[in-house]
Amino acid sequence: MSKVWKYGDDVNTDMLFPGKYTYSCSKAEQILPHLLEDLDPQFASEVRPGDVVMAGKNFGCGSSREQPALGLRAAGIEAVVAKSFARIFFRAAINQGLLLVECPEAVDAFRAGDTVGLDPAAGTITVGGKGFSFPSLPEEILAIRRAGGLLPYARAKLRSRR
Amino acid sequence: MGKTFAEKLLALKAGKNDVRPGEIVTVRPDHLLSHDNTAAIVEKIAGDLAEFGVANPDLHVVVLDHVAPASTEKDAENHKAIRQYVARYGVKHFFDVGTGVCHQIMVEKGLARPGMLVVGSDSHTCMYGAVGAFATGIDRTEASALILTGETWLRVPESIRIELRGVLSPGVTAKDLILTVIGQMGSDGANYQCVEFHGDIANLTIDDRLTMANMGIEMGAKAAVFEVDARTIGYLKAAGVPRDSYQPIWADADASYSQSRTYELAKLSPVVAKPHKVDNVVPVEEVAGTPIDQFVLGTCTNGRASDFELAASILRGKRIAAGTRLLLLPASREILTQTMASGAMATLLEAGGMLLPPGCGPCLGAHLGVLAGGERCLSTSNRNFKGRMGCAKAEIFLASPATVAASAIHGSICDPRKEIAR
Ligand code: SF4
Repeated sequence: MSKVWKYGDDVNTDMLFPGKYTYSCSKAEQILPHLLEDLDPQFASEVRPGDVVMAGKNFGCGSSREQPALGLRAAGIEAVVAKSFARIFFRAAINQGLLLVECPEAVDAFRAGDTVGLDPAAGTITVGGKGFSFPSLPEEILAIRRAGGLLPYARAKLRSRR
Repeated sequence: MGKTFAEKLLALKAGKNDVRPGEIVTVRPDHLLSHDNTAAIVEKIAGDLAEFGVANPDLHVVVLDHVAPASTEKDAENHKAIRQYVARYGVKHFFDVGTGVCHQIMVEKGLARPGMLVVGSDSHTCMYGAVGAFATGIDRTEASALILTGETWLRVPESIRIELRGVLSPGVTAKDLILTVIGQMGSDGANYQCVEFHGDIANLTIDDRLTMANMGIEMGAKAAVFEVDARTIGYLKAAGVPRDSYQPIWADADASYSQSRTYELAKLSPVVAKPHKVDNVVPVEEVAGTPIDQFVLGTCTNGRASDFELAASILRGKRIAAGTRLLLLPASREILTQTMASGAMATLLEAGGMLLPPGCGPCLGAHLGVLAGGERCLSTSNRNFKGRMGCAKAEIFLASPATVAASAIHGSICDPRKEIAR
């Protein structure tokens, strides 16, 4: 059973990955032990691939460092579902291959213990049995995610054009 | 229903009839800008470049400005690696140290034009909205991929409509206007969105518009834009950009916005952003008398000829206060030449100013005027974050060139209207 990690509004990049490690940790295995360290000390040790992070508005605000997106993706997070995302985090997440779902109704509907089901291609999310829709992601973005990020995606595209 | 500027421009660039806010589109930008960070961007794709080459030698614009000229051996190696990349891959638009700040160069050299889509690996790329381009900052990974493929994705933003009415009073500048807007919107008030400036924009010069669009990111905006008018066309013509080389785009009268605001320019007064947030904006009176150690006049926000001329008109025949320093940082070589020809630069030097080479200088705290602990700086730049200009225990206040010049006479923050009235 995948777990839903629920947080509030304005989760900033320092809460996701403390700034003091910015220049010493850039690889996934260095980032993972510190992920969400100041927000939820349990997260790093208990997160499992397929888990979902759910949050309020302006998730990922703050600096432009790419470790939070890289770390959440490396931890195997299925998606971050939030009321809204800060712009730079939004781009960094997609470029690292992390799925983001902007759906305020789904976040409001969530109650502890609810299960969350996602169909990114159809643009639908179910929370505790109730269905919601979000603007479906274009094939290009889904393909970036499947490739594991923007650079691997770009490489594959260039090779296929040969 | 009508369309916003962003909806029209991104639909055009994506080759679609209609796009709606929230939609993600694949686009081929007209230009990609990067600066001293070019080496880091290129390093991510060193192997790929050897294998695939660059998608388009006309795409990438490289300007060395952040630490220019090099201050340490490491900077020098960095610049050297960038020059090698430029030579090897035939990057067409390269501007070496001393030409100016990247954003000024993009506009001055006609590389950002009306109707263009420009992305840059720097957050203040939004400045080119002043001449009707859709311009926005991207991360390094994305810049790397763009070099290889020539294309990227963008989320179509919602838009905010800001109506400007009337004329600014003497001593009140476009910097005071944009700081007032940011103070009210908050640093994330325009997150994701495209800010459109409407109304009596004919009363604002292109320099005014550049200052305002430059600071769009300080309220979280993805882009900040002005309509192309006779002033824009004249400015571009003087920069060597013929009218038939671009196609202006503007919003329909019945476009729909997430919010609308109106500002009566005559009612505005000088303001200052206090440390350590740009939206921490107060009337100048509230901080008047605060002692200042270093004054900075310049940067991509307010380093244009009109800014130096305004400051020179206030400092003519005067001296800066003893025990303070005034750093002059023209945004480009071209501007430096203009201010030398007009005599403004000589006036500022006679008043006790110190001239720095065109570039970013002390703006990012890397060299040429870093602050010591406990020092205070009053600057015309765009960010006052803790530690931005050196020691984290220093304080940065942001204001207009008029406020900086008037305050330099006193060695403490002062209402520029008092000096202008004299
Ligand atoms: S002058 Fe300052 S804000 Fe402008 S590009 Fe340089 S460092 Fe950035």
